[in-house]
Amino acid sequence: MRLARVALIWAALATAVCVPIAAAAASPLLAWRGPVYILAGFAGIIALGLMLLQPLLIAGYVPGLPAYRGRRAHQWIGGTLVVAVVIHVGGLWITSPPDMIDALTFTSPTPFSPFGVIAMWAIFAVALLAVLRRRLGLRPRTWRIAHMLLAIVIVAGSVVHGMLIEGTMETVSKAALCALVLAAAMKVMVDLRVWRKRAALRG
Amino acid sequence: MTIVVLNRRNLLAAGGAVLATGVSGLLLPARAEGLAATASMSGGANNYRKGAPVVDRIGKGGFWMSGTVRRAGDGAPLAGQRVQIWAHTTEGQEHEPQSHGATLTDKNGAFRLEMPQIIPIFGQPHGHLAYDSGEFKTVFLRPVMRSAKETSLEAHFVLQPA
Repeated sequence: MRLARVALIWAALATAVCVPIAAAAASPLLAWRGPVYILAGFAGIIALGLMLLQPLLIAGYVPGLPAYRGRRAHQWIGGTLVVAVVIHVGGLWITSPPDMIDALTFTSPTPFSPFGVIAMWAIFAVALLAVLRRRLGLRPRTWRIAHMLLAIVIVAGSVVHGMLIEGTMETVSKAALCALVLAAAMKVMVDLRVWRKRAALRG
Repeated sequence: MTIVVLNRRNLLAAGGAVLATGVSGLLLPARAEGLAATASMSGGANNYRKGAPVVDRIGKGGFWMSGTVRRAGDGAPLAGQRVQIWAHTTEGQEHEPQSHGATLTDKNGAFRLEMPQIIPIFGQPHGHLAYDSGEFKTVFLRPVMRSAKETSLEAHFVLQPA
């Protein structure tokens, strides 16, 4: 019974992340895109998928990965997110430099660009804080609250960014993944009571 | 087009078409008097290539870009004006030379150029147009298609002296 539940959760997670990627891989738009542009697009889609795992891992909700191992995975995936965002932005820059410069300088005509750029800076900020927090002497509670605020910016920014884009992602699978990303982040923030003096027990 | 949507772009487009016939220019002289010049759109000049040749058609065609060119103030149609057009299409990316072409306005200030199907790029299906001949101030437009399935797009210029 327990095994069945574990298998079900893993299957559901794999479906939530892989179906949107597979649907995007079937997009007719890919026929008219160069390899660098395609790579940049998929780096973004994969980053959105990884964003679903992040809160679940840190809360120890992923079966087989209890809190201490989940935290390790969370850190590795956090680093992967930084790399994915760099590939996303770098690939789009190579594809069309003026469009990327417009986005980064908040002068783009596309409404989704500023959301993506803000989420990008929040991802970089949280990664930098994670690396430097001991050296900076951040108290655990300060770190937790800073991370949570940045996570809210990252999740909200990424979801709006993704939903407003007309690209290779298929609409229904994209909306479903975005809803799950939002729901997972909200649930974990409430469950862990990040704003409390001491973090709630995880596990 | 099966659905008539009343928004600013459509009203401007319809208004432009009516004015371009030269009929209403006689009916509405007072209102046309204050016709403001079109401002360049943000991102409009992206992947612009100077001096794209005047062509009968860009690539194999199948998609129509059309619009009008008028003079600011009195709204008079401007004939023989060169309009440059480019986009990410089924036949090439925005920056590639084969994605660029130019056409001239007719005596009613209208232009129409066949080009390959525009497809979404950078998150929006859109085209680029430029008036850059020097007689009037340069204007770059970046109209967005309401749906990637559409097979035509319009853009309208109101130019002021350089």
